Amino acid sequence: MELIGNSNSFVDFVSQPWHWAVSGAAIALVLALLTWMGRSFGVSMTFKDMCSIAGAGKKTPFFRMDLKDEYWRIAFVVGGLVGGIISVLFLKSPEPVAISHSTIDYLATIGINYPEADAKGMGFVPTSLFNFSSIKGILLALGGGFLIGFGARYGDGCTSGHAISGLAHLQLPSLITVIGFFIGGLLMTNLLFPWLLSL
Amino acid sequence: MKHISFFTVGIFFGIVMTKSEAISWFRIQEMFRFESFHMYGIIGTAVVLGAIAIWIMKKVQMKTLRGATVDYTPMKFNIKRHLLAGTIFGLGWAITGCCPGPMYILIGNGYFIIALVMLGAILGTYVYGRVMDKLPH
Repeated sequence: MELIGNSNSFVDFVSQPWHWAVSGAAIALVLALLTWMGRSFGVSMTFKDMCSIAGAGKKTPFFRMDLKDEYWRIAFVVGGLVGGIISVLFLKSPEPVAISHSTIDYLATIGINYPEADAKGMGFVPTSLFNFSSIKGILLALGGGFLIGFGARYGDGCTSGHAISGLAHLQLPSLITVIGFFIGGLLMTNLLFPWLLSL
Repeated sequence: MKHISFFTVGIFFGIVMTKSEAISWFRIQEMFRFESFHMYGIIGTAVVLGAIAIWIMKKVQMKTLRGATVDYTPMKFNIKRHLLAGTIFGLGWAITGCCPGPMYILIGNGYFIIALVMLGAILGTYVYGRVMDKLPH
C-alpha cells in the first residue's frame, strides 16, 4: 500500500469485504448510471458481440448486427476486467472470503477444500477443481460456460439483464426467468454437481 | 474515447463485485444451499433501490443522455421459454459459480481458468444462434 501514500487508511477501509447492503446499493447505482446514460444493463450480449466479430453473421442471420451500438457495452465489460485488476492489486481483503461454516463442511464432504491457504483476498474460485491440469475442471468450466451462454441468449438476458435490470423494471418475463435461474441452480448445486464430481 | 464513461462505470462495477464477494464461486454455492443471506441481501437491495431509482426517473420523465425518456421494451411473454432458458442458465451458473459479469471481473482478478468458462459461453451463444428456430419462443 506504500504506493498510495498517506491515503492508507481510506484504502484499508475500502479493502475490507463490503457489507451486502453497501454492495447492493452500489449495484443499484451502476444500474441507475447506465439507465441515465441511455443504455440498459446487460453483460451476456457481449458473447453475441464476440460471435459477430468472429464472423458468425456470415452464415447465421442472428449474428448480423450493428456493432457500433455495442461499443459502449464492450467498454463497460473491459472496465469490469480492469476493476478486477485494480481490486487484486490495491484493494485485496485482509482476510479470505467469509463463507458459512456449514458450506465449508459440506464442500469438504464432496472433496472441495476451501482455499484458506491462498491467503489474503482469495477464495473466489476453488482452484483445486478449476485449474488447467484438471481434465474434470476444464470440462466443467467449458460445459458450465456453454450452458450459461446458451441459456442467456435463449432467455434474452443473464443475471444483470433479468435479475437486476428486468426486476427493477418490474418485468414479469424477468421474474419467471430468475425463477428458472434458481430451479437450475438448486438442481445443480444440490443434486447434479456432487454427482458430476464423483464421476 | 466516446465510451470512456462506460469504461469508468465498468471499473466501478468490477470493484463493487469483487469487494462484495459476489464473484466468489463459494458465495454462489452458499446461496443455492440457503446457508447465507449475503447474496440475497446484495440482489434484494440492488433490485429494491434500482426499482425506486427507475420509478423516479420515469415519474419525472427524466431525459437520458441520449435524449430519450426511460422506458423498457417488454419481452413477449412465453412461460415455457423463460423457465427453460432460465433453468439452462442456472445449471451453468451453479457449476461455474459465475455469471457473465463476474467472468470478466474474475479474469481481471487473475483467475485465468475463467477464460475457459467464457469460451464455453461464447460457444453456447453461437450454438443457440444456430438452433434457435427449433426452440419455443
